[in-house]
Amino acid sequence: MWNDENSRLKEYRILANDEIAPGVFLLKYERDFSFVAGQVVALAMQPNDTPRMYSIASGTGDTDIWILYDIRPHGQLTPNLSQLKKGDSIFASPPSGNFYGSALPSVWIASGTGIAPFVSMWRSGLCKDKTLIHGGRFLHSFYFENEFKDALGSNYIRCCSQQSGEGVYHGRLTRWLQEKPDMPADRKYYLCGSAEMVVDTRDILIGKNIPYDSILAEIYF
Amino acid sequence: MSKEALFGKTLSELQNLVAEYNLPKFTARQIADWLYKKDVDSIDEMSNLSKKARFVLNEHYELGLTLSTKVQASVDGTKKYLFPAGKLKFIEAAYIPDESRKTLCVSSQVGCKMGCLFCMTGKQGFQANLTAGEIVNQVRSLPEKDALTNIVYMGMGEPFDNLEEVLKSLEIFTAEWGFGWSPKRITVSTIGIIPAIKRFLVESQCHLAISLHSPFEEERKKLMPVENVYSLPEVIETIRNFDFGRQRRISFEYIMFKGINDKSRHVKELARLLNGIRCRINLIRFHPIPNTPLEGSDSKTMEEFMMALNAKDIRTTIRASRGEDIFAACGLLSTKELAKKS
Repeated sequence: MWNDENSRLKEYRILANDEIAPGVFLLKYERDFSFVAGQVVALAMQPNDTPRMYSIASGTGDTDIWILYDIRPHGQLTPNLSQLKKGDSIFASPPSGNFYGSALPSVWIASGTGIAPFVSMWRSGLCKDKTLIHGGRFLHSFYFENEFKDALGSNYIRCCSQQSGEGVYHGRLTRWLQEKPDMPADRKYYLCGSAEMVVDTRDILIGKNIPYDSILAEIYF
Repeated sequence: MSKEALFGKTLSELQNLVAEYNLPKFTARQIADWLYKKDVDSIDEMSNLSKKARFVLNEHYELGLTLSTKVQASVDGTKKYLFPAGKLKFIEAAYIPDESRKTLCVSSQVGCKMGCLFCMTGKQGFQANLTAGEIVNQVRSLPEKDALTNIVYMGMGEPFDNLEEVLKSLEIFTAEWGFGWSPKRITVSTIGIIPAIKRFLVESQCHLAISLHSPFEEERKKLMPVENVYSLPEVIETIRNFDFGRQRRISFEYIMFKGINDKSRHVKELARLLNGIRCRINLIRFHPIPNTPLEGSDSKTMEEFMMALNAKDIRTTIRASRGEDIFAACGLLSTKELAKKS
């Protein structure tokens, strides 16, 4: 018997779908499963649609599931997803994937909504001995900024490529990494974002003598 | 404004097209015949179409063929063709003659999103998906087209990250109204996107190759980020649950990295992982890319690895390296610098 991928999708009620920055939404839906911080779910508007993968942004102790997403103008899912309201339905898979967070000292590096798995790790109590480097195009791209400032203090670095702001590095995060004279080699590096950010960042880290097997990446596709 | 391309349309799309313009139903098959069997270079050459049909097609469509703009030839006979794929975007296709076997390695995307540590294409990030027409055009516009015996989807991009267009291109290659190729002459390679593997296995008869590179999840995820989303045990389980029959082939690609995935423990684990699956492993020499921390295994290690796997009844071969001097070999295709210069 051949199992259809869509048979894993289950209907969930939406609890909120708020635009937290221009074009960027935080979707919340009811939770009935356990997961590990860093895992993903597949989402679809209808049970027969091709599902898309998203990182869970909520913590393991939260009562609902959070998904951070931005609208892709030509995307198959997100323009419709952004129209959903509280009480509507969404179809989601059980959690999967193994981009697991850890309690070990680590550096989290994200671009845009690639921050989602690190939000989950932070909300799951994995913030100790962590540094977060977040890249965004605009000053409003630093989602959960206040929470990370409180949790990480000076270990929270924001890199904004198109705007200047107080306490924010003006430039891409890859340039920030290149300018930094050294990076600790005894830490794990977690990367999440676009393919280009991931491969460029990985190259920079390897160039700074970070062992390749200390670098773990999650890509969007 | 450029017109829509006819080349790359499936028969059902052509049927919709002729219905839209109130042309006779049989016109769709006639167009397919001209596009995929008779190799015309213009709509006006479709001489058995009515004048009205040709007028309508010319009004709304162009043929959509793209000639290669550059070719590089290797000392070993391999040729690398460069094709434009939209504004400031380029793809490469590698023609690999080997005695009676003439293979074309086609691209399915401009760049790639998968970010594998060992791949040059991944280093240019992702620019675009190719249309079915752009994929099929790599064969149609190849000077050696009539000599081709095999097509492999192992060029730039991850085919199963562009599944709809790849499936359409396979339909065009294999349908009786299309190129009429046997699906046994076509292999699609993936890094293991499970939902797409399932659809491909049901909707196509072509062979499947999976990029394995390590039988251990923890090692594989450091080489291939996709492991964090679709784990190897799940990929293998998917393969195990499908009946490939006698004609269809599943193979595993295994690039050998010195000191990383070339030990006896890898042989043992591969034998355990693939136990009961009728398959073949292709061992591939690693072609170093800039700034890589990886090195290729030496020939002796590769041969011993191959013999050890064969001794465990896993049919294993070492794939000959081809086109290395023109960067056409496995993992070396990239148009990043070209796009920058443009």
